[in-house]
Amino acid sequence: MSRPEYQAPPELYYNDKEANKYTSNTRIQSIQAELTCRAIELLNLPENEPAFLLDIGCGSGLSGEILDEEGHFWVGIDIAPSMLQIALEREVEGDLFLQDAGHGLGFRPGTFDGAISISVLQWLCNADRKSHNPVTRLNRFFTTLYSSLRRGARAIFQFYPENDDQCELIMNVAMKCGFQGGLVVDYPNSKKAKKFFLCLFAGINGTESKPQMPKALGVGENEGDEPKTVNYSSERIQERNTKTKGNRKSIKDRDWILHKKGIARMRGKKGIPLDTKFTGRKRKSKF
Amino acid sequence: MRLVTHNMLQCHVRGCNVNNYPLQLSEVEIEIQETEFNSQFLRSMIRKLEWSALINSAREIGITTLPEVLPDDFDEDFLRNIHRVLLETHIQQGKMTCPNCNHVYLVRDGIPNMLLNESET
Ligand SMILES: [Zn+2]
Repeated sequence: MSRPEYQAPPELYYNDKEANKYTSNTRIQSIQAELTCRAIELLNLPENEPAFLLDIGCGSGLSGEILDEEGHFWVGIDIAPSMLQIALEREVEGDLFLQDAGHGLGFRPGTFDGAISISVLQWLCNADRKSHNPVTRLNRFFTTLYSSLRRGARAIFQFYPENDDQCELIMNVAMKCGFQGGLVVDYPNSKKAKKFFLCLFAGINGTESKPQMPKALGVGENEGDEPKTVNYSSERIQERNTKTKGNRKSIKDRDWILHKKGIARMRGKKGIPLDTKFTGRKRKSKF
Repeated sequence: MRLVTHNMLQCHVRGCNVNNYPLQLSEVEIEIQETEFNSQFLRSMIRKLEWSALINSAREIGITTLPEVLPDDFDEDFLRNIHRVLLETHIQQGKMTCPNCNHVYLVRDGIPNMLLNESET
């Protein structure tokens, strides 16, 4: 099957049918969850502090739900109305914007403590209309993104580069717009698990001298750790969850979920799951 | 869209760089959606707010409970009130107009439409 970004512009490709298919596919859900967790890790946020984050290409809110679970607040932008509609139905906590990243962002300087973007950046390199110039669009996007981040914040883009030239183009434009950083390639020797993360630093904050590039997974001494299945990072996510447990109060603790379900029932919603002893537990099966 | 996010929003039409904030609210429908109180997050967001813009925007949608001047320290009452205004007050429908170029961003079902015409990019 050819890559979706070759077939149609994203707002047309992700019509109601594709958007539903994408969101309800458990394989996609688990990949998306892994990539999001890795992106959050690469953001290197201060521990135990709720952050205000931007999700670029938030889609139906699959990544946003993980940001919710991690106790962060977020704003998501997406160009596909069908995807946003599903995000609404799934009652994600973040604010949703219908927006073309290539037209730039309209957030005040220093708004966000970080930005993530999962499987979106390659779309931005397309020229879907005659008037589209990928370099102009990337330039507008990175300039306004840089400004919307507070100094020292990071933007992490997991993406599927088409080739080396595309990688280089994206990085060149990002650097011209003020970012520092580079590419982290996890599991570079595994055809299945290899993942590209563009890690951008929006300046540095006081104490650091120079931002340190994060270490890739599955290289050097960790080379033997190459995952056997796509669920490679589930143990790492679990580990992370146990590590942060107890320190940070999740925004969705059991009481809160019960409260929210109660409100939904009062509004006459159907299909609200019954409360059980499992309500509000970390959903292991998700990964 | 929560009011806190509106306070962060400026016009992004190309070339519209001055007096492009805050976007003026009109024909607005609001909805209160309860959410968990998090004083740590509120304190960090208050530092990012443009207070006078917030007061104006709140007034545009009929909220008059905010003090004219941001207090020096925040007691529980103040934080509870600001929590309601910033994080529980959602703009569900309405118009947001740029005070400079007059571009109108429509909000439908809580989602602002930030798409521009090609001539505005
Ligand atoms: Zn304007």
